[in-house]
Amino acid sequence: MRHSLAIVGLGMMMAALQMPLTAQADPVDDALVIDDLEMVTRTKAPEGHPFDEVRSGWLYREAETRELEADSFQNPGMLYVEQGADIWNRIEGPEGKSCASCHNDAAVTMKGVGANYPKWDADAKRPINVELQIDKCRVENMGLEAYKFDHAEQKALTTYIKNQALGEPVKLDLSQGELQSWWDRGKELYYTRTGQLNFACASCHEANSGQYIRADHLSQGQANGFPTYRLKQADMVSLHNRFRGCIRDTRAEFPKAFSDELMALEVYVTWRGTGLSVETPSVRQ
Amino acid sequence: MATPKPRVKLPKSASAGEVITIKTLISHTMESGQRKDSEGKVIPRQIINKFSCEFNGATVFSCDIEPAISANPYFEFSARVKESGTFKFTWVDDDGSVYEDEQTIEVK
Repeated sequence: MRHSLAIVGLGMMMAALQMPLTAQADPVDDALVIDDLEMVTRTKAPEGHPFDEVRSGWLYREAETRELEADSFQNPGMLYVEQGADIWNRIEGPEGKSCASCHNDAAVTMKGVGANYPKWDADAKRPINVELQIDKCRVENMGLEAYKFDHAEQKALTTYIKNQALGEPVKLDLSQGELQSWWDRGKELYYTRTGQLNFACASCHEANSGQYIRADHLSQGQANGFPTYRLKQADMVSLHNRFRGCIRDTRAEFPKAFSDELMALEVYVTWRGTGLSVETPSVRQ
Repeated sequence: MATPKPRVKLPKSASAGEVITIKTLISHTMESGQRKDSEGKVIPRQIINKFSCEFNGATVFSCDIEPAISANPYFEFSARVKESGTFKFTWVDDDGSVYEDEQTIEVK
């Protein structure tokens, strides 16, 4: 009897030793199909990428949240897509133009476009994303002012335009202008530790991707689903809002939206999701 | 807040006696009346307080909605259809506005 008790005790100790120090939860193995269109949520990483496989944040979410995104009727983000469609067709400003006056039907002219942003803006000599492209059109062609950052209409219109690229693989052309040097700068920022907590983007989204941070499951931090409907805010969240939120959480001073730092980061982070389908509007917790 | 926009999804046709699934969603901030703005003033409550669905005049489903319901309320329920007709959906706002949507179904 003594002998067998000792064996049981040893077994328990072995089990305790095998327990990981941090909770590990692997991403689910599930397919995301939106309106009969299959999304790429896992794909081989591009050359020079730290991961072997890039994965959509969808794989890291709870079943209920995943389901919301998979049904375009239930997805609350689709309400903003509809709102964006109204703005697209609405005449505004002294020139008496709407987006549609020049670009006609977004389903045709904007198809796939959102998968290739940020691009190089030769006029401004810096990268341009969808939000800034909208502002450029408003100022130069419509005689309007640029939107204030995260204006409800800016988010809705960006969501609408990016939704026209639903299912298209993210692909940036880094040979445009000086985009490559912005990518380099973005990469440097991604690995630079900041704030009182001394975290870099990579501390969570690379070194601990797949682990839990308190009750939250850390994804690879991909940009392919932005703007994203976040259940916590019950609203659309833009990429630059998320960047600022993450940087704030490291207890650092956070840069302005669309500043050089965050545009460089957008170029680099978007590239890290090369090959993933655009999922806008994705649903996250 | 932009004008709330109702969305409804149900099959265009069904066989007599079939149980169909009806999904409804409306864009609405559902301001609970518990929050404060940046100046510390209470943001007045404004929610959708009632939802109902009628089929050819008879109530199929209805409910009262309370402030704890989150933004953009979504309802999914089922109904048995015996004849062709029109589903009418009504959402009542705290400010008295009524948002409506209709969809017909053909029963073969």
